[in-house]
Amino acid sequence: MNILVCIKRVPDIAGSVTVDATGTGIDDSGLGHTMSSHEECAVELAIQTAAATGGTVTVLTVGPAEAVEQLRAAVAVGANDGILVEAADPSVFAPEDIAQIIGDVIRDRAEAGQTFDLVLTGDDAADTGDFQVGIRLAYDLEYPVLTNIQTISVGGTDEGGGPGGDPGSGRIEARGIGPAGTEIFSLGLPAVVAVHEGGVDPRYPSITGRMKAKKAQVVEYDAPEPGTGSLRVRLELPEVKASSVTILGEGPDAAPALVDVLEEIGVIRP
Amino acid sequence: MASVPAQASVVVVGAGIVGNSLVHHLAELGWTDIVQVDKGPLPNPGGSTGHASNFIFPVDHSREITDLTLDSMRQYKELGVFTESGGFEVARTEERMEELRRRMASARAWGIESSLVTPAEVAEKVPFLDPDVILGAFWTPTVGVVDSVRAGTMMRESAESTGALTVSPNTEVTGIDVEDGQITAVHTTKGEIATHRILVACGVWSPRIAAMAGAAIPLTPAVHQMISVGPVPQLAERPGEISFPIVRDMDTFCYERQHGSDMEIGSYAHRPILHDPDEIPSIEAAKLSPTEMPFTDEDFDPQLEQAVELMPEVLSNPDVEIRYAINGLLSLTPDGAPILGESPQVKGLWSAAAVWVKEGSGVGRAVAEWMTNGLPEIDVQGADIARFHSHQRTRAHVTARTSEAFNKTYGIVHPGEQWSSDRDVRRSPMWQREVELGAVFFEAGGWERPQWFESNAGLLDEFGDAVMDRSAEWDSRWWSPIINAEHLAMRRRAGLVDLSSFVIFDVFGPAALDAVQHIALAQMDVAVGRVVYTPILDENGGFRSDLTIMRLAHDRFRVVTGAAHGMVDLKWFADRLPDTGAQIADLTSSWTTIGLWGPRARDILGELTSADVSHEGFGFGTARVIEIGSLEVLASRISYVGDLGWELYVPMESGLTLWDALMDVGRGHGLLPVGLGVYGTTGRIEKGYRAFGAELDSERSVVEVGMSRPKVKSQDFVGRAAHLRHREEEPKTVLCSLTVDDHTSASGQMRYMLGGEPIVSADGDPLIDGHGRTSYVTSAGSAPSLGRHVLMAFLPPAEAVLGNRLQVVYMEEFYPVTVASVDSTPLFDPDNECIRR
Amino acid sequence: MTMVFVETDPAGEVTLTSAEALTFARKTPQLLPDGGAATSREVSGPPSGSTEGVVIGPLSGAAIAALGRLGVSVIHHLDHPDLAEYSAAAWAQAIVDVAPESGTLLASGTPRGMELMAHAAVRTGARMAANVMAADEDGLLRQVHGGTAFERLRLDGDLQVLTIAGHACTPEETTPVTPEVYDYDLTVAEADLATRAQSTEVEAADDAAGLTSARAVVGAGRGVGSENGFAEVLELVDHLGGALGVSRVVTGLGWRPHAEQVGQTGSRISPDVYIACGISGAIQHMAGIEGAKTLVAINTDEEATMVQRADYAIIGDLHEVVGAVNEEIVRRRG
Repeated sequence: MNILVCIKRVPDIAGSVTVDATGTGIDDSGLGHTMSSHEECAVELAIQTAAATGGTVTVLTVGPAEAVEQLRAAVAVGANDGILVEAADPSVFAPEDIAQIIGDVIRDRAEAGQTFDLVLTGDDAADTGDFQVGIRLAYDLEYPVLTNIQTISVGGTDEGGGPGGDPGSGRIEARGIGPAGTEIFSLGLPAVVAVHEGGVDPRYPSITGRMKAKKAQVVEYDAPEPGTGSLRVRLELPEVKASSVTILGEGPDAAPALVDVLEEIGVIRP
Repeated sequence: MASVPAQASVVVVGAGIVGNSLVHHLAELGWTDIVQVDKGPLPNPGGSTGHASNFIFPVDHSREITDLTLDSMRQYKELGVFTESGGFEVARTEERMEELRRRMASARAWGIESSLVTPAEVAEKVPFLDPDVILGAFWTPTVGVVDSVRAGTMMRESAESTGALTVSPNTEVTGIDVEDGQITAVHTTKGEIATHRILVACGVWSPRIAAMAGAAIPLTPAVHQMISVGPVPQLAERPGEISFPIVRDMDTFCYERQHGSDMEIGSYAHRPILHDPDEIPSIEAAKLSPTEMPFTDEDFDPQLEQAVELMPEVLSNPDVEIRYAINGLLSLTPDGAPILGESPQVKGLWSAAAVWVKEGSGVGRAVAEWMTNGLPEIDVQGADIARFHSHQRTRAHVTARTSEAFNKTYGIVHPGEQWSSDRDVRRSPMWQREVELGAVFFEAGGWERPQWFESNAGLLDEFGDAVMDRSAEWDSRWWSPIINAEHLAMRRRAGLVDLSSFVIFDVFGPAALDAVQHIALAQMDVAVGRVVYTPILDENGGFRSDLTIMRLAHDRFRVVTGAAHGMVDLKWFADRLPDTGAQIADLTSSWTTIGLWGPRARDILGELTSADVSHEGFGFGTARVIEIGSLEVLASRISYVGDLGWELYVPMESGLTLWDALMDVGRGHGLLPVGLGVYGTTGRIEKGYRAFGAELDSERSVVEVGMSRPKVKSQDFVGRAAHLRHREEEPKTVLCSLTVDDHTSASGQMRYMLGGEPIVSADGDPLIDGHGRTSYVTSAGSAPSLGRHVLMAFLPPAEAVLGNRLQVVYMEEFYPVTVASVDSTPLFDPDNECIRR
Repeated sequence: MTMVFVETDPAGEVTLTSAEALTFARKTPQLLPDGGAATSREVSGPPSGSTEGVVIGPLSGAAIAALGRLGVSVIHHLDHPDLAEYSAAAWAQAIVDVAPESGTLLASGTPRGMELMAHAAVRTGARMAANVMAADEDGLLRQVHGGTAFERLRLDGDLQVLTIAGHACTPEETTPVTPEVYDYDLTVAEADLATRAQSTEVEAADDAAGLTSARAVVGAGRGVGSENGFAEVLELVDHLGGALGVSRVVTGLGWRPHAEQVGQTGSRISPDVYIACGISGAIQHMAGIEGAKTLVAINTDEEATMVQRADYAIIGDLHEVVGAVNEEIVRRRG
C-alpha cells in the first residue's frame, strides 16, 4: 500500500510565545520547528502499514524551503521520499487553499505515475488548529474521510462484518476514541484519514536513518498564489493572570488543610 | 513569595558549577552574608552546566588551564562525584599524530601521565572502535566524568549549612545600581539587595548582567551540538554511567562518550552558530532548558557519517535511536581564555565567566581567593578580565574571533598562529610605509605589528647559513629566516622598530612618587630623566608585571609596558593609587614609539639632532626631550634587544615624520626596518631577557628568575616582605638558558623547538623542581649572534649547573641540550658592552 | 439565526460541552447577522434571532427540557435508522439539510463537533473557524498554537461555521422556554454511509469518558517518578470517586494510557476540583484544565506555573503529601 502523509512544519513551542513584528504570527526566531504531534503519529502509522503491506510512504508538506527538514525527519524514521510544495509564507493560505494545493499535487503525481492508496493527515496542525484540511482534501479528491483515528490496520471488516486482515481487500480498519468508546471503522481505499495522537508511539530516527534522510529524494513544487486566502487579522496573546494562590503549607503537615478544602467543595466520597 | 535579604557582602549571580563553587569557597574563606541568586530553579537552573557533557581531559597546551583543571579534578574527587574512565584522543592523519606528540610534550611538561598508543591498544579498551580508521591515539588514564550538577549542589549546600549563604532561586537580576563607579545595590525580582560586590557567574547570560552596571564581559553564547543515541547493547552490558574510555575523534572535531546505555556524540565541527545573550529564550519559552536550543540537523549530518566510520558496530545499528539532540549553548571569548576578576570598568563587579566544567571548581576557588586576599594560588593572569583593550569588548570583535576560533576547539593550533579576522583595527602611523616594505603583520592588542619585512629578504644572501633556516614545515610556520637576518643586520649596523603598540600611562600629581614607589620593586626616587626597569610584584612576591618607568618630572612618572598585558598593568596601578594626590592617565593612543638600535644608532641620531647623544652626554638609563627637525622627541636610552640605541617617543601624528627622517638619514648608515621577531624573541633570548607570561609569573620569585639586585630599597612596596623572605631562602627553582647541541632528528631532519617542550635528564627522567613543577621550555628561539638555538627553562637547583647535559623532548624525540646560563647573565655580550658603547 | 449541534451522551443527556456551546451562542449576539434570514428547510421555522438546536438520534423529554433551560427555542430532531451509528458524512448532511443559509452554525470543539462542522462547511460552501473563544464587533477570536495564542479573524460569507473551544464559557441556564421540536423525514444517501462506524467498544473508553465528567480529577505528572509511583494518587482518586488525569510526559513515557491524558492533545476537563500532583504546568497541559473550578497544586517547586496558577497549593513531595491526605481522609471517616 502506498501512503501519502501530509505534514506541516510548525514552531516547537513550549510555553510563552511573543507576537512578531507583523502582528500576525509568533516570533519563532529562538524556536525550533517540528511536525505536529498528530502528524508524527500519522507518519508512524504509515510506516507500520507500509511495512506490513510492502508499500511505500511519501511525505508531503506545503511550507517554506526549510520545511524540507520536516520531510527529512520523516524519511529518517522510515518514510521513502518527500514532496515539498514551496510556499515562503504558508500563513497566507486558508485551509481551503491548502487542501486544493495538496489535491492538485496528488493529481499531478498520479499523472506522473505515482499514486497513493491512502492519504494521512493529522487531525489539525499544532499551530493553526483549523481542523479541516484533511476533510476538505477528501472532498476535493472525492475520497471517503475519517478523522480522530488512532490506529489503522490493513484489511478489516467490510460492510458484511467479516474478520479483516486481508491486505488485498482494498480496505483498512481504523479505530478512534468516540464519546461512547472506541469506534471501529472500515474504509475502502483510496481514502483520507486524519490521525489523532495516542494510538502509536512515534519512533526516533536511527543514525543510519538520518543519513538516509540526508540523501532522500524530494520532489519540489511551487505553491500557487493563494485563492481564498487567510482570514487572520492579527494574533493576540492571552492575558497573564496574577497569581492568587493560597499556600496551604509545606509537606505532609498541610494535608488536613487540603482535606478541609476538599470537604468544603464536597468531593470526598462518604 | 519569599524575598531576598536586604543586604549582602557579595551577591553571586548564577547557580551553575562556577557560582556554586564560588559560594562554597567564599564561605570556606570566612565570608558571611553571601547571597546567591539564579533566575532558574534548583538544582538545574537551565544554564550550560545542566547540559554539559561533563568529561574532563586534563592535558591542555595552556599551563594555566591545566592547573585549574587539575585543581577542579581534585575537588570533584574529594566530593566523590568524579568517575575515572580514561580517555583517548585518536588521530586519523599523520598531521594529527604530530599534534598528539605535541600533546605528549604538554603532558610531560605539566607532569600528567599519558602515552601514545597503537590502534590495537585503543580497540582493546574500546572494542567497538574500528582500529583501521585511526593511526594511533593519545591515552590519558586519569580522564573521567564529573556529575557537575551534583558537585554544585553539594558545594552550595555546604555553604548554606554554615549559615554563610542565602540561596534564592527563581530570582532574576533586573538592575544594578552604581554610584561613583562603585556597585551599591542589586535589584532582583524578589527585592533589592544593598551590596558593594556582585559576582557574575551566570555563563552565557553574564554580558547582560554586566551591561546593567555599564560594564562588559566580552563573551558570546555559541552552539555546541550534541546528540545522545541509544540504547546501545554493547554499552548496556556494563553497569554504571561510564565504564568505557571517552574517545575524542580529533580530526572530525567530535567526541563519543558513554552515558549508561547511551552514547553521546558531541561536535565542534559545524559552522559557528553564535547567539546574542538577549536572544536566549526565557525559561518559560524554552522547550528544554534555555541553553538547550533547537537542534539543527543539517549542521550535524556530516558528523554522523564520521561517527559511524569510527564506531560502525554500535552506531549503524538501526535500533540505536537518536533520543536527544540539542544545540547546547556554551560561552566563547575572543581569545579563548575565561573572564575572571574584577572589572576595570566598575568597582565591585566581579566576573567568573566563560568557564568549562573541567575547570569550574578550580576557577571558583581561584576567584574566591582573589576576592578574599587579592591573590589566587593558581596564576590566572591570562584570564584577567582587565586584559581587554576597548575594541576587544565590542560585539563585532567577539563575534569575529569566536567564529574563527570555534572550529579550532579540536584543531591543530600552531603556537605562533595569527588571527585572520578583525584585523587592521589599530594601525601605527608608519603602517603604510610598512605595507610598502612588505611587512608581515602579527597582531597584539589589536595593533598590526610587522613581524619581519619581506623587503629585507636580500639579507639572506649576506648572512648565509647564519640565518639558521628551518626545513621542517611546523618549525618554520609563522616564522621566517628573514627575522634572523634582520637581527644580524641590526647587530652589525642598525635597525628601526615600530613599537606603537606599547601601553603608556602617566602617574602624576603630588603623591605620584609615593604611588609608584609603593607599586614598583625598584627605587623610584630617582633623578628626573632616569628610566627604571622594574618588576611589579604581588603581596606574595610573585610577578604581576615587569615594565619601565621614566621619571619625567618631580611629580610625573611615565609607565611603558607591553600590549598584551598593559591593560592589566593599568588596572593594577589604578587600584593602588592613594586616595588623593595621584592620578593616572592612559596615553597609549597619544604616543607612538620608534626603537632605534645597533652600533650605528648614535651616528644616525646624531645626524638628526643637535643634542648631545654621546655616551657621556646621554647615558644609559636616561631619557630627555631632544629636537629632531621641528619635532620634540622624548628619547629614552634603554634596550630590550641588547644594543646601543634609544626608544623615541613622539605624538602619534608625528610618528611617520620621525620614521621618514630616521630612514632618510639612516639609509646611509645601513639602517633597516626590523620586525617584532627580533624585538620579541631573538634580541631578548640571546640577552637572557625574561618575558612576562613566559618566564615571569606569580609563582616564581625574583630570586628564582635571577633578577634580584644587591640591595632592596628601604621604602615599603607591594611584595617587599615576601621578597625579603625569598632572598633568605634557597630558591626552589632556577631559571636557566640552555643551548641545543644537536638538532638532528631520527629521520635526519634538523628540528627547532618552539617552546613548551619538557626538559628531561640525560637518562630521560623528568626533572621536578621545588614547586613540584616539571621542567619545560618557557621560551625558545634563535640566537643568531651565537649561531645557536636557545631555550629558557626552570630547572631544579641541583640541575642548574653550567655545562650540565640534559635533553629536550620534541615531537617525542630526545635532543641533547647544555645549561649555558644559570642566572640572568646574557649568552651574547655578557658584559653588555654593546649597550654601553 | 444561530444553530447549535447538540451532542447527547449515551443516557440521552445534553453533554457539558454542548451546554457550553449553547450558552456561548445565546450570550454572543454578535454571532447573528443583521436581521437573520430565511432557512432552507421545507417547514416554516421560528423567528430568526434565536438559538436553535440540532439533535441527532433519540431525543428524551429530559433533553428537551434541558435545552429549554439553555434558551433553545427550536429543536431540529434528526432521527433515521441510518444515523443510528455515527457516520460523519451522513450526520453532517442531515445537519446541512436543516441549517440556515445565513447566520451561524456551530458545535462544541469536541472531535465530533469539529468533524461534523468541517463536513458541513464543505457541504455548504462556508468557511469554518475552529476553537472559537469569543465573538464581538472586532470579529472572532480563536485559540491557536494550542491555546498559547489567540487569532483574531473575520469569516466572510453568509453562513459561518464554528466550533467553540472547550470552556470558552461556563454553561448557564436562562428563563426556561418550551422548545418547539421539529421532526423530519430524512433521506440518507448511500455514499454518505461509506464511513459509518462498524461498532463501538465501550470498555476502553471508560477512562476518557469518566475523566471529562468527573467532579474531581487527580492529575499526575513527571513528578510521580515512575510507572510504579501512582499508588497514592490512585488511592486519592478512589477516595474522591473521581478520575485520574495525566500529563503528556506521563503518557509519552508509557507510564499510563493516552486515554488518561489531559491537555491540548488529550481531554479537556471541567471538574469541580483538579488536584495537580507533580505537574509543572506546561501550556499544553494548562489548556486542558481551564475548566476546573478549583485548582489545587502539590509540587516541590513553589515557582512552578501550576502553583502560581492554582487556587490552593501545598509545597512538598507529592508522594508524602498525597499519602498524608489519604490518611487524613481515612481518619476523618473514622
